[in-house]
Amino acid sequence: MRRIFDEMSGEDGDIRPAYETLSAWLDKVPREVLDQRRKEAEFIFRRIGITFAVYGEQNSQERLIPFDIVPRIITNTEWAGLAKGLEQRVKALNLYIKDVYSKRDVLRAGIVPEDLVYKNPAFRPEMNGQRVPHDLYVHIAGIDIVRTDPDTFYVLEDNARTPSGVSYMLENREIMLRLFPELFSMHKVAPVDKYADDLLATLKSLSPRGGSEPNVAILTPGIYNSAYYEHSFLADKLGVDLVEGRDLFVKDNVVFMRTTEGPKRVDVIYRRLDDDFLDPLAFRPDSVLGVPGLMSAYQAGNVTLTNAVGTGVADDKAVYSYMPEIIRFYLGEEPILPNVPTWRCREPEHLKYVLDHLEELVVKEVHGSGGYGMLVGPKSDKAQIEVFRAKLKHDPDNFIAQPTLALSTCPTLVDEGVAPRHVDLRPFILSGSDRVRIVPGGLTRVAMKEGSLVVNSSQGGGTKDTWVLDA
Amino acid sequence: MLSRTADNIYWLARYVERADCLARILDVAQRLSYLPVTYGGSTNEWSSVLLTAGCADPFIEKHGPIENATEENVVSFLALDPENPTSIRNCFEVARTNARSVRTALTSEMWDAINASWIELRGFPDRALTREELTRFLAFVKETSLRFDGAMHRTMLRNDAFWFARTGVHVERADNTARILDVKYHVLLPDEEKVGGPLDYFQWSSILRSVSALTAFHWVYRDSVKPWLVADLLILNRAMPRSLASCYENLTNALDDIADLYGRQGPSQRLARSIRARLTNQTIDDVFHTGLHEFISDFISDNNKLGAEITDQYLT
Repeated sequence: MRRIFDEMSGEDGDIRPAYETLSAWLDKVPREVLDQRRKEAEFIFRRIGITFAVYGEQNSQERLIPFDIVPRIITNTEWAGLAKGLEQRVKALNLYIKDVYSKRDVLRAGIVPEDLVYKNPAFRPEMNGQRVPHDLYVHIAGIDIVRTDPDTFYVLEDNARTPSGVSYMLENREIMLRLFPELFSMHKVAPVDKYADDLLATLKSLSPRGGSEPNVAILTPGIYNSAYYEHSFLADKLGVDLVEGRDLFVKDNVVFMRTTEGPKRVDVIYRRLDDDFLDPLAFRPDSVLGVPGLMSAYQAGNVTLTNAVGTGVADDKAVYSYMPEIIRFYLGEEPILPNVPTWRCREPEHLKYVLDHLEELVVKEVHGSGGYGMLVGPKSDKAQIEVFRAKLKHDPDNFIAQPTLALSTCPTLVDEGVAPRHVDLRPFILSGSDRVRIVPGGLTRVAMKEGSLVVNSSQGGGTKDTWVLDA
Repeated sequence: MLSRTADNIYWLARYVERADCLARILDVAQRLSYLPVTYGGSTNEWSSVLLTAGCADPFIEKHGPIENATEENVVSFLALDPENPTSIRNCFEVARTNARSVRTALTSEMWDAINASWIELRGFPDRALTREELTRFLAFVKETSLRFDGAMHRTMLRNDAFWFARTGVHVERADNTARILDVKYHVLLPDEEKVGGPLDYFQWSSILRSVSALTAFHWVYRDSVKPWLVADLLILNRAMPRSLASCYENLTNALDDIADLYGRQGPSQRLARSIRARLTNQTIDDVFHTGLHEFISDFISDNNKLGAEITDQYLT
């Protein structure tokens, strides 16, 4: 197997320049100090109330995501390349979704097979021919990035529905500033705290009503949602109301919120609620989380939903595999960030290859997320592999496969000391009517278990502060 | 009550408030100093810290020209230096001395807040603090003022002792907010070309942070950070507890309560009212129109005048 690239010590153990200061500091700092800071960090997380819920777990209403106190460092040259690639990717995603719901040039040109659109469970016929403000659909995107060597960053996944995690990006930084001022004085770290300001500017730029001051609200499923902390955090930072479905109502195709001063019109809703639950009249009739009539107000152009309805059509793992072609088709440019090579099990030849190489591949459900329902071939036993073989044969369309990448590692504080652990990165890309905004950094997720490649918080993954160094 | 007692209470409250303000200023300066220059990380934030803290003169006496200001010498000078009459250490020393001499006028909770902090303060080393220690120290200072203020509000009788304490808090707080604006007013002046750059954002947001108002800003204006709104929030917005307008609303109320109790209005009530009127009868456009800098300079000098009037009328 290939040597694994460590972002601090490279492939051969030589400390890479960006990490020199941190590495020297780590060598010098006593273990007790690190342990004590880790405890403090945990204490602060609890005090602030940054917790999440794991579905299906009893008696664990609120859990902490493990926070690793060793920062991850990215140089500004690396970041500049990433940022360009991310902007390109999100532009293409927006153009693709617009096309899917209007002229469908992309299907006529044979770039993407038709059934990936029409048979896609995330496709929303309600959005056919529906114009959205400024033709933007994905206003807030989280693009997952992995790295395998000094020069290669792959896009692993596009999150175009309601990507979460940005509150961790922001709170991790605040906690690091409190715990390690010394380290900040030794590095010039690009700040991330403009994100709230950027998000508000983005949301306001999308208001369907010109002229008047737009009223923005964040729509949450409520306190039992796993990302509730993030919803309340963002509402507070933006200074907008955090509403639940029952706080809103629709009258004459206009959305209002119930306030102590009477109904107040709502112009932009940053919804952290899946399409299915938005409006019981349009989608799942049993949804008590949504707002009856919201969809018709949306279709009448009286309210902006961010992200738009139906963006899921662009972010499943089958569509992912076509993204390089999609970028070329709409932008006439080569993709700046490559895709991970992907076998589409829907294609017989690919399926054959995948079935023959299950022990070396990662197999994922097309609509899966959160690290559920996937097979990591090299880490699985015979029985697990056979279960997947049967699943694949039964419903090949539902799966894609990728090589097991040698994901980069970063130094991480674990029981044995500071040791390399695999990481990924989720930067957040904001697309407003005026421009695209990306704060330098993102959420680094880290697999706390040795050798593990699964970084999802639902699977015991942790997070790190991500430093983009300014020069 | 005795003038001396009133004077002690008034200054006790001022010193606790000043310590709190100094802690915020240091906090924000430290944060700004980590910023890369392209984000407005300043080349000499530390001399402007001295100006904001009103400690330029004693600093120059000890360290020479203000250009000598570095993170290290400014932080130790403002935090723990016994030779700086208004270092945080000395603020607490004076506060405790004052509190001891008027113990009977304080509630036991207030005394406890001051005395416990004073004891804890002695646990901090005399040498220069490491950055980690400083972060802890500043958090401790802010906790102290919260405790003291909380004890005052929850336990004191609403009589002249209480109102003199409130007067002290708000004269000091108004002075502090005005100084922050005075030192930073130039980054708030309109400059259409620059508006929206990352450099400005971090300058403006750090002004807001130094009065703990970054989150409040968004709630009040529901807008991204803009310089004229920052000025509006800190000068004219009555809902913002550290704004000049809010300080003067509280000041006139406290002074009026004293006047009612004593049955007589005097020069300090009149002056406070006239300053307050200037803060309620203007819009931020008017302020920019007449000149932000002049407005703030005039305010600082009027606020000092009010301090002198209060002393004349009641404390001597």
